[in-house]
Amino acid sequence: MTESLYLPKQAKIKSVATLNTTEKFFEIELDGGKPLGHKPGQFVEVSVFGVGEAPISISSSPSRKKNGFDLGIRKVGSVTGAVHNMKEGDVLGIRGPFGTHFPYEEIKGHDVLVVAGGIGLFPARSIIQHLIDNKKDYGKITVLFGAKNPSERLLPKELGEWKEQLELLETVDKADDTWKGIVGVITTLFPKVDIDPKRTYAIIVGPPIMYKFVLIECKKKDIADSKIIISLERRMKCGVGKCGHCQMNGLYVCQCGPVYKYSDIKDVREAL
Amino acid sequence: MKPKIITKNDFGAWVDSLIKKVGVVGVKEKEAGKFHFAPLETAAELRLDYDVTITPPKKFIQPPKEILLMFEIGNDKFKAKAVIEAKELVLLGVHPYDMKAINQMDKVFTDDNKETNYLERRKNITIIGVDPVNASKWGFWHDMGAATVDKGFDLWLTDLGDRYYVEAGSKQGEKLLSSAKTNDAGKTDSELQKEARLNLKSLCKPERKVKATVNELPSLFGNSYESTVWEEHAKKCYSCGSCNLVCPTCYCFDVREDVDISLKSGRRIRYWDGCLLEDFAMVGHGDNFREERGDRFRHRLFRKYSYMVDKVGDIACVGCGRCSSVCLPDITDPVKIINELKGGK
Repeated sequence: MTESLYLPKQAKIKSVATLNTTEKFFEIELDGGKPLGHKPGQFVEVSVFGVGEAPISISSSPSRKKNGFDLGIRKVGSVTGAVHNMKEGDVLGIRGPFGTHFPYEEIKGHDVLVVAGGIGLFPARSIIQHLIDNKKDYGKITVLFGAKNPSERLLPKELGEWKEQLELLETVDKADDTWKGIVGVITTLFPKVDIDPKRTYAIIVGPPIMYKFVLIECKKKDIADSKIIISLERRMKCGVGKCGHCQMNGLYVCQCGPVYKYSDIKDVREAL
Repeated sequence: MKPKIITKNDFGAWVDSLIKKVGVVGVKEKEAGKFHFAPLETAAELRLDYDVTITPPKKFIQPPKEILLMFEIGNDKFKAKAVIEAKELVLLGVHPYDMKAINQMDKVFTDDNKETNYLERRKNITIIGVDPVNASKWGFWHDMGAATVDKGFDLWLTDLGDRYYVEAGSKQGEKLLSSAKTNDAGKTDSELQKEARLNLKSLCKPERKVKATVNELPSLFGNSYESTVWEEHAKKCYSCGSCNLVCPTCYCFDVREDVDISLKSGRRIRYWDGCLLEDFAMVGHGDNFREERGDRFRHRLFRKYSYMVDKVGDIACVGCGRCSSVCLPDITDPVKIINELKGGK
């Protein structure tokens, strides 16, 4: 008898960092330090017994950590709220990894433009780390990051480090006294980047509302639909293609997503 | 196994022996003219002349409520155990359209990721099907190509008046039948069985005629995504999910925690869910990917006639007519919708 699809694996919180009032960042390790075996862009189901399960994107690249992985989590519901109340050394359950990944093999030899909005930076971080760790395989790496306001600028220390490794442009929707940078929604950054559409892949991760506007900018830059990679959010309850909640027209996003080529889903009416 | 004949008297005695040995869920009359699948206490309760049951037999194959995990609560420990509920059972009196629906569920829970909970339970269920002798006023299973079925069952019965014609679909079925008093079917019996099959066509009412063939349904729906039909029907939809509840091919589920009053332990439980319910596609931060009734209404019908064809290789509507019979505002009848689409709406 094969084991249950629904029994999580034991995992431990190695560290917790509070990023702001709604976001925390967790380093997780499976029991015995076993690797998760994930690829950038995949997700896991995080389990807190007595509360439930929630799908969370993996924030780290396997190229960075051999025995653990990171989860950046916004407190929005009961499960994420319960995880936010946990501390270093606490135990939780993990199922996965699930879903498709960013096509890091296919994009080798190309320039890469990563566009991340808000907590889209968490899943985007997994591919950004991969690109940095395998720099020789890729061309120019550009990251555009937009936050609502400076206090929601996630992982500021790491953003600082990225500036040394790649071209990073940031913007905030609304500035405060501390902010000296660009102000405006994420599309504000597009005119400031110079890309060669023939050799560029764009990777877009952000809130549902962001995609339509960013796609228009990508089209203005002449990037082919097959070179635009997007990661979509849905209600992934089971993660194994059974429960039906994540369905987008005929597609089970937990199976054939969350990462898609735009060319593959542009005619899927419920996609965007 | 060669086809067998069993007299109705011997059949009753055999069913009574099965009730004692393994437990039999069969079709009983719940109230006048309304039937349901329920545990049998005696073979005399069995009504194999039923037209349709209120809910399909799926409730015994994919129960409305099922424990997936037992756990202890606490951030400092990890104590969880998977639960597989798989009781041995004979499911007696399944009509071909419901058998076809079960075959589709078998495929869903086997493909991609094998789901042990479903498959272990399914393995322990012996299915005895029966050719219908009546159809409900809503049934249109003949036009959905679900008047007969060629797999999934362990034994299949055809009513020949004072006796049943019995075919085996599996070794499990043959073994079960070996405890019954049977004779080999003769040439006349086989001819009578063929004739009964041919008569199935006349059981569904003429007003339940579907004006499109099964093969043209996926493209008929595919070309009608923007039709006004969805909104016209859905504006009266209560989003009650009754159509999901009674559908033999609906299998979507939710998973919730049930915590003991001690707050020290609990269970993770799977419940049936329905895509017509308002929050079905809602995510944690409140975005709802199918917020409008019309979108949910269309989604359910597209699942049946278009999307699932890729997943299970067949139309996921078997024409049982149950959704039509339970829909309070009377908007979800597939025959009406298909015929409207076919009429160019």
